[in-house]
Amino acid sequence: MNGREETGVLKRQVTITVNGEARTVELEPRVLLAHLLREGLGLTGTHIGCDTTSCGACTVLFDGSAVKSCTMLAVQADGHEVRTVEGLAQASELHPVQEGFKEEHGLQCGFCTPGMMMSAMALLERDPDPTEEEVRWALSGNLCRCTGYQNIVKAVLWAAAKLRPAGVPS
Amino acid sequence: MYPARFRYEAPRSLDEALALLAEHGDEAKVLAGGQSLIPMVKLRFASPELLVDINGVPGLGYHREAASGVLEIGALCRHVDLEFSDVLGDLRPTMAAAAPLIADPIVRNRGTLVGSLCHADPQGDWASVMLALDGEVVAESAAGRRTIPVSEFVTGPFQNALRPGELAVEARVPVPRGIPMGRYLKLERRVGDFATVGVAVAVETSDGAVTRAGIALTGVGANNIKAVEAERVLVGSTLDRATVAESARLAAEAARPRTDHRGSAAYKRHVVRTFVERALRPRPAVAA
Repeated sequence: MNGREETGVLKRQVTITVNGEARTVELEPRVLLAHLLREGLGLTGTHIGCDTTSCGACTVLFDGSAVKSCTMLAVQADGHEVRTVEGLAQASELHPVQEGFKEEHGLQCGFCTPGMMMSAMALLERDPDPTEEEVRWALSGNLCRCTGYQNIVKAVLWAAAKLRPAGVPS
Repeated sequence: MYPARFRYEAPRSLDEALALLAEHGDEAKVLAGGQSLIPMVKLRFASPELLVDINGVPGLGYHREAASGVLEIGALCRHVDLEFSDVLGDLRPTMAAAAPLIADPIVRNRGTLVGSLCHADPQGDWASVMLALDGEVVAESAAGRRTIPVSEFVTGPFQNALRPGELAVEARVPVPRGIPMGRYLKLERRVGDFATVGVAVAVETSDGAVTRAGIALTGVGANNIKAVEAERVLVGSTLDRATVAESARLAAEAARPRTDHRGSAAYKRHVVRTFVERALRPRPAVAA
């Protein structure tokens, strides 16, 4: 059996590929994916905002699609791939999506930014050449209280241009 | 927020899932997309003893047109699958209109249509769409399968007709008999909010006359409301201005809105009327 009885609660052992690395942990089924990432694995780039499936601050990629990690059990990720904002930069080089946010000043307080970036990643992997309207649509599950979204949209379009072969950021 | 403790099972086959549900009856709760259930357990509005996670059950993610023409939607078909569907096409305009309006894009990646019907939130969009289309839910248990019209499946706010041991495995939408036309119009304060008012309209016409009409309302009652009288006046009509106006009036009359932070009862009723008119006259004649 996968698990053991401890204070009446069955813990389970799960293996999740997080940012390309297999991580095996033992946890209670009620632990949310956001909690595992932040407290279990120390990946605090994933923020918890509303905690009620509204704000998108906790967005991560689950098998490539954007999910709210506060609204998934960590055990559900057993055998699956999770990508967080920590997985974007390579060594000391920022990912174009991160670079875009820097170039276009796509943040003020920065709390929503990791979620915004992960939604942007999901969009750009599906559609490398989105229109402004498509960017706005793709980000509509992520709330920002500071920016009015203008620069966030510009940042994603900047990243899209940079990621395209021979793309020249305008 | 942490949910209260529960046990968790992730069956790998439908038989295994049904066996778990048969064994644990109403102590067990099925976890599909989890976009309503997980918030509910976090807020401790629900504290099931056992969660049966069906995400690992193969073969439930489909939506397809059967040989009979019936649209079949499996228990793990996500909203996003319907949003980007090649199957809905011109035959299912009400569904195609509703899919991109369910919650927000991130929720749509996980949430399911069948789960939404089971959750039976009076502000859920899909139940109205399925009421307008005379959809059904297929419930399966260790004892066999039965098909339940959505109008009987949703029995109250957050209540459905499933018996202990049953799993809603599929939703079904009948074959359109005439030329289908329909929309889902939703007023929301911001993307991802629940509907202040939602109106699903699905009509079929043959030789210009309506052969079948479905109208259902979201967010204006203790359940999604099928506006039967408003449907009835449309049948046989050519969707002329007077009939459409009468149907819209009857739909507004069928609404049971309450005044809340999203608007007054009178306002919501007015929006129902406006949406029915708008849905039935999608392309107003332009003066030459």
